[in-house]
Amino acid sequence: MYVAVKGGEAAIANAHRLLADRRRGDRSVPSLRIEQIVEQLALGVDRVMSEGSLYDRELAALAIMQSRGDLIEAIFLVRAYRTTLPRFGYTRPIDTAAMQVERRVSATYKDLPGGQLLGATFDYTHRLLDPELATDAEVATPEQREGDGQRMARVSEILAHEGLIEADGELPEDHLTGDITREPLEFPMERDIRLQALSRGDEGFLLALGYSTQRGYGRSHPFVGEVRIGEVELELDVPELPFPISLGRIRVTECQMVNQFKGSAKAPPQFTRGYGLVFGQSERKAMAMSLCDRALRAGELGEDITAPAQDEEFVISHSDNVQATGFVEHLKLPHYVDFQAELDLVRRMRGEHEKRQATDQTETREAAE
Amino acid sequence: MSDIATYNFAYLDEQTKRMIRRAILKGIAIPGYQVPFASREMPMPYGWGTGGVQVTAAIIGPEDVLKVIDQGADDTTNAVSIRAFFQKVADVAVTTETAKATIIQTRHRIPEYPLTEGQTLVYQVPIPEPLRFLEPRETETRKMHALEEYGLMHVKLYEDIARHGRIATTYAYPVKVEGRYVMDPSPTPKFDNPKMHMSPALQLFGAGREKRIYAVPPFTRVVSLDFEDHPFEIQTFDQPCALCGAAQVYLDEVILDDKGGHMFVCSDTDHCETRQACGHRGHLSPDILEPAQ
Repeated sequence: MYVAVKGGEAAIANAHRLLADRRRGDRSVPSLRIEQIVEQLALGVDRVMSEGSLYDRELAALAIMQSRGDLIEAIFLVRAYRTTLPRFGYTRPIDTAAMQVERRVSATYKDLPGGQLLGATFDYTHRLLDPELATDAEVATPEQREGDGQRMARVSEILAHEGLIEADGELPEDHLTGDITREPLEFPMERDIRLQALSRGDEGFLLALGYSTQRGYGRSHPFVGEVRIGEVELELDVPELPFPISLGRIRVTECQMVNQFKGSAKAPPQFTRGYGLVFGQSERKAMAMSLCDRALRAGELGEDITAPAQDEEFVISHSDNVQATGFVEHLKLPHYVDFQAELDLVRRMRGEHEKRQATDQTETREAAE
Repeated sequence: MSDIATYNFAYLDEQTKRMIRRAILKGIAIPGYQVPFASREMPMPYGWGTGGVQVTAAIIGPEDVLKVIDQGADDTTNAVSIRAFFQKVADVAVTTETAKATIIQTRHRIPEYPLTEGQTLVYQVPIPEPLRFLEPRETETRKMHALEEYGLMHVKLYEDIARHGRIATTYAYPVKVEGRYVMDPSPTPKFDNPKMHMSPALQLFGAGREKRIYAVPPFTRVVSLDFEDHPFEIQTFDQPCALCGAAQVYLDEVILDDKGGHMFVCSDTDHCETRQACGHRGHLSPDILEPAQ
């Protein structure tokens, strides 16, 4: 006998209790602390800050803990919190040339003003599992030196003197920088909006698209002009004060991709650029972002749009992993009303189909006799 | 970090609510037109009713009585979750009775009990663009709406008839609102389409992920697209509800065993329960199968 399914409320409450239990795991193992995640899972924290669009290590670490290490779920938690925060204003553009650089590499010059700084990188490590980590062995203190406080010119500024690389480009005087968290997206979009969307876009999605341009789907002949990681100062203009006030420092990763360009009807032969900027340390994301940014400038530069990575609506509409995961996973929700409607239609069409076949067979038999 | 998370009445801040209300007012002023709005991240996933939740959060007040349904039922898990959300963040009264609610948030159904003046029906919409599966580009579909260029949709419906002998759309069946905009009624079965026409209730549609709000004001013409020789028809069921005996309502098929046994019951649980309370019985009602001693 069918009894209408009641008790959804109790089921949900019980499911969440079980979830809390599973999150904590074996009680005889000490619980993680937020600062352990901040300190020791720092790149995961950076990704959550970057795609969650909220620079707060502790909140990102809390989200990672709460989501049991599911980073997209953690990004979602952070987004849902940030959206409720009030806006006090917009900072001045950050000056990455004034960055306190921790790492900076260029693939286009052997040496350049400011030099190459390897910093903390997985590059050139041999990917051999290190069993010592499991023993909590002592870790040596690294070599360090004081920063010299000198500006480190960005590689695009160095190339600019020859006029062979396109300039930063300028927006009209009265252009107010857009805000994708406050205005609905509209296509086609300006580059400022597009870069914001890419910066919070899913790392895996942008990585795959960037990769696709390297394999010929919208090829852009890229070179890493430079990647730099370090802290920059945030400054805010306050109406009552004649000078900007400092809000503090954030760590960012910036990538300037330099792309060969043979020229088109719209632009002369020159090096063009793709740009990537993300919170924290994530070269992979910043590089993928700069490849996608360059690919998406196809229209502006008069190139043919032939590949997925060049298609603004396709890329930007599908780059947000919080949206994507929500819509894919909503297929779990009940759809039985619609399924019933389709079931009814298929039954009727199947009935007609069988009737038709039956009459066809009778006719064939009659014709044969 | 214990004081970090405090929330406004109905979760959204007042600035955001004003922004959403402006979009709603614009939608009401241009029935069926999809108004872009700066949809917020909500604490439930995109695709799980964030658009409807934002609309409800923007219009709900402390005096409102809220009903939330999913698939016509008040007790489906997502309906339970959304109702609990508003109880938590807005502390509003909730009900399962259609007649008592001032705001009804719904996914996939319109209640069977006729709505009245003063009630608002808030639909959760996954894909607001009725032309989306004919033309994936937003830049194109917006142009088509602006030029009232709906030929593509009629061709699609015609091709259905040519190929299948009937229009093979059973839910999210496109409608024309007040003779102007073609609109997606959200994935309600086409059975519910006639209820939208000249409804005394205000109908609001929220699509969070796609960042669109649209509206059908009270007493607005809502016509399902069709052809003179293939008029629009709603689904019919061969048998009444097995529990309350209701006919001319939308039914869910419930599988009883693995030998093809099934029964049909009202999809609108409130409607079914109200009828049973009034003494209506279907052929599988518990007290008919096991009469009281």
